[in-house]
Amino acid sequence: MPSLKDLRSRINSVKSTRKITQAMKMVAAAKLRRAQAQAEAARPYAERMQRMLASLGAAVASSPSAPRLLVGTRRDRVHLLVVVTADRGLAGPFNSNVGRFARARIRALEAEGKQVKLLTVGRKGATYLKREFANRFVGEITMLGKKTVAFSDAEEIAGRIAAMLEEEAFDACSLIYNRFRSVVSQVPTEQRLIPAAVEEEQAPRTGAPGADGGPQALYEYEPTEAEILNQLLPRNLAVQVYRALLESAAGFYGSQMTAMDNATRNAGEMIDRLTLNYNRTRQANITKELIEIISGAEAV
Amino acid sequence: MAGGTFRFELVSPARLLLSRDVEMAVIPSAEGEMGVLAGHAPMIVALRGGVIRVRENGQETERLFVAGGFAEVTPARCTVLADEATPVATLSRSAAEERLREAEAALAALPADAAPERRDAAMARLLSARAMREAAEAA
Repeated sequence: MPSLKDLRSRINSVKSTRKITQAMKMVAAAKLRRAQAQAEAARPYAERMQRMLASLGAAVASSPSAPRLLVGTRRDRVHLLVVVTADRGLAGPFNSNVGRFARARIRALEAEGKQVKLLTVGRKGATYLKREFANRFVGEITMLGKKTVAFSDAEEIAGRIAAMLEEEAFDACSLIYNRFRSVVSQVPTEQRLIPAAVEEEQAPRTGAPGADGGPQALYEYEPTEAEILNQLLPRNLAVQVYRALLESAAGFYGSQMTAMDNATRNAGEMIDRLTLNYNRTRQANITKELIEIISGAEAV
Repeated sequence: MAGGTFRFELVSPARLLLSRDVEMAVIPSAEGEMGVLAGHAPMIVALRGGVIRVRENGQETERLFVAGGFAEVTPARCTVLADEATPVATLSRSAAEERLREAEAALAALPADAAPERRDAAMARLLSARAMREAAEAA
């Protein structure tokens, strides 16, 4: 039976926990708004980039001299998985969802006899996956201490991926990240980066007869098709990574907000329960004292 | 199609800067300034650092600096994917000069046997920074 003093200190500690979770919820809500706006602002660029790449890539993909970033190494043995998580925890199942998804993918790929390499972005994903797959790691990147996601961060990651491709360190590359569907729902998603998912994105290929009269026009290129593609592809890689980072950041704050909201509510319930307990104990103590006094008086 | 308008869009990775029907846009393509009017033949061009000028109702209404990128032109539309875009009026001269210094240092630091692509990229950055300073001074 805990003493009154024990109960009092527990109530106080839960109260201060509630204060912290409440503050974290507010902060997450404010940051979420910013991250969400940033993610939405980046969408038009990514979409138009995709459209441009689609019209360019379809024409070039079949030629044997097609750039590596577009078609990969034309083998399918070594897979690089880029796993994007947050650097911080206290965000409910946000990080472990991606971790679990990544683990399932690694298992599936290895069951097919493929070799898997891992590059993690964010500290939490690294610690999660290291326990089981430490020998598949080729690198980990953290973004601790950065307030917002900058495009240069994405360029750096994309540069690393491109350099590894140049060394033929892998044949195919995918991004795994939490897609931001809404504040309360983030979906772990796999997105193929290399070979670029050009043909799946657009149904009608350039050069096909445009029955709908849509812009099926053949483009002129300046300087040349190949040169533009050589600039566009690394750019596209960076944009896709950037998009994933932004979605993940927005999702993280959404998830943290929900988690902290729950924590605040749970703390409130706990305080109620403890207070009830405290009052009962206090009453029991008073009753006990009264009984002692009365029975003492009777004995006299 | 003389005198017609077309949809001009300017996007950078961070945001959509402009999406309007305009009469003419002059964009700094890698091989020289290029004026785009409605009904232009479909093209995809690479851009160098420079200033985009937009004309509406016979007047120049917007001047924006882009640090490089691509443009897709179709008869009814012109989409510019800029690496980075800023309205000329808000360009800061000191930032431009700093970038120019950095670009010069990066080019000088390249080893003599560096791959030509890397040299080209460093050179392009330097030229883009120079264009940014010019634009900042003119503003």
